[in-house]
Amino acid sequence: MKKIRWLNFGFQIGAVILALLFTTVVLLIAGAPPLQAYLYIIKGALSSITNISNVLSAWAPLLLTTSGVLITFAAGLWNIGIEGQIMVGAIFTTGALRLLQNSPVSSGWILVIGFLAGMAGGALWAALAGLLKTFGGVNEIFGGLGLNFVATAFALYLIIGPWKRPGIASTSGTLMFPDKLWLPTLPKVQFSVWALGLGILVVVLIYIILRGTHFGLRLKAIGKNSKAALLMGVPTWQYSMFAFLLCGVFAGLAGAIQVTSVYHRLTPAISSGYGFLGLMVAMLINYQAIWAAPVALFFAALNIGGIQLPIVLKLDSSLSGVLQGILVLFVLLVEGARQRLFKER
Amino acid sequence: MNSSSVLLGLAGVLYGAAPIMFAVIGETITERAGVINLSMNGTILLSAMGGFAVAAGTGSIVLGFLAGALIGALVALVVAFSSITLKQSQVAVGFVLALLCRDLSYFLGHAYISKAGPRLITIPIPALSGIPILGTLFFKHDVMTYLSFVIIFLVWFWIFRTRPGLMLRGIGERPAAAFVRGADVNRLRYLYTIIGGAIAGLAGPTFSLSVKAGWAGPLSGLDGYGWIALSITIFGGWNPFRAALGVYLFSFLQWLGLVLQPFLPSIPTQVLQVAPFPLMILTLMLVNISDAEWVERMLAAMPERARRWMMKLFRTLRASPPASLGVPFESE
Repeated sequence: MKKIRWLNFGFQIGAVILALLFTTVVLLIAGAPPLQAYLYIIKGALSSITNISNVLSAWAPLLLTTSGVLITFAAGLWNIGIEGQIMVGAIFTTGALRLLQNSPVSSGWILVIGFLAGMAGGALWAALAGLLKTFGGVNEIFGGLGLNFVATAFALYLIIGPWKRPGIASTSGTLMFPDKLWLPTLPKVQFSVWALGLGILVVVLIYIILRGTHFGLRLKAIGKNSKAALLMGVPTWQYSMFAFLLCGVFAGLAGAIQVTSVYHRLTPAISSGYGFLGLMVAMLINYQAIWAAPVALFFAALNIGGIQLPIVLKLDSSLSGVLQGILVLFVLLVEGARQRLFKER
Repeated sequence: MNSSSVLLGLAGVLYGAAPIMFAVIGETITERAGVINLSMNGTILLSAMGGFAVAAGTGSIVLGFLAGALIGALVALVVAFSSITLKQSQVAVGFVLALLCRDLSYFLGHAYISKAGPRLITIPIPALSGIPILGTLFFKHDVMTYLSFVIIFLVWFWIFRTRPGLMLRGIGERPAAAFVRGADVNRLRYLYTIIGGAIAGLAGPTFSLSVKAGWAGPLSGLDGYGWIALSITIFGGWNPFRAALGVYLFSFLQWLGLVLQPFLPSIPTQVLQVAPFPLMILTLMLVNISDAEWVERMLAAMPERARRWMMKLFRTLRASPPASLGVPFESE
């Protein structure tokens, strides 16, 4: 048993090495010095308090989205619509904040209401994907993708239309909120303990749900074989729907965090791609919740580390995405190779 | 708006639809063989960038398109290898490739942003282009638009009127039966996935060397077309003619959005540009809805006339996927 575990570990290391080799080749093709590029990514993520705090504030929403899709993956659902769920969460939060910012309600309560609104927005959008799947026969992948586009269009409409900045209508975003509506951060940095606390809380919650509850077990039964689960008496579609809702709540929470602690306004790219990135993290960790936190932290560091590449090396910052994608791809491929080599005999 | 500008607009709808047509027809072939290639969005972007880079570097437009097809085929090969040989989830690998190839195109294409490159020229077809109305609509385009017309018929003929086409449908519907008849299911699936990928790989250069000539990284505005192509493939019911209808409908709605813009000043352009997407979901719903249980129950409760009418409507719209779509095949 122990030997097999070491062997698996060896395969995973192999996947990482292959991914690094491939990325190095990509860098060479682009005519860039690979070692320097990697060094700058590490520097960009870790070299200063500001950078580290940026990594931590990227970690929070990524933890939430990863946790969310771990639930839908457990139920065998591909919640590609998570990007739209973040977006609608952000829209609802912005709406609540705008509505209340000039009211006598204290700013703490406004933030709480904003977060609740964000959760409701994300859940609403996830419920739509779930309803389309359950009652409309639309595969959640395609329904979700369509809803992502609709959410973005809706945000653009609000930003240029009803919520436009006084005088100018620009797609860059709405008017910034006064700093009393910012999630409290540590002094001098853009990092909120509240946001990260929420993220970690949710990851732990998901771990417990999937690991130790009746609900989690039934969810996984649906994911493995929904027909068998139905015959065993699990109310399948209700459970799937609930998985969607839960994921939507977490996605909406991520949207609320993006509005209140990162951008302080609504922008068309408010999700920062954390929804899709959460799907990638979940795939990379083979849907094991226990690894969600460290791998999400690593991905957040890559994202932040890549930001400076255009300035220091004249490279596109999408290098981080390339590295993440190649890593997940090779882990999937190497896992397939391992199964082929050792299970078929 | 006068009639000649409407005519030109409609010709533009056909021209602008060409790239999506290649993607949808390529995906239709792949899915007919039982494999889902979800990487379409990445395939289009990477082949657009690669095709443009090769064409700009060599000065040869033909090489640009070949590069696009090669990129599409290679991406499809990864999907085929991981799903057929390694038995990994097609959806997972396809999704990762969709993101990875997009980022690769932005990263590798960084040096080519706003570089000058060649562009396909319009070649009116002699005699035919002189026909009133039809000439402008169909016969004053570039080579790739013509190819996008022809490929609909070619692929339809291949799938539904030839023996290998019958086998193609067989390996997607009932691979075990096809296997008994002597088909090497997995090898054919490899073949069709790669061919489908190569055809889809033409979509990118058709954008970057014709419809949206040039490369501007994320500002090229190509992100998203691959996902829409996947939806249209379903809407198309895995039939090239119906797929073509979906592609033209989408292209038409995008054009309509632009045309209506001046009359709806309160709605920003960006919103009208994505208007076809929610419509696409609605149509997807109509395509699939008759499978849902509650619809059957509702139909049963309807008066006879209405029920028959609804059933007829659903039957026309309905599209069932190849029975073994996404299901791996093992010969023992």
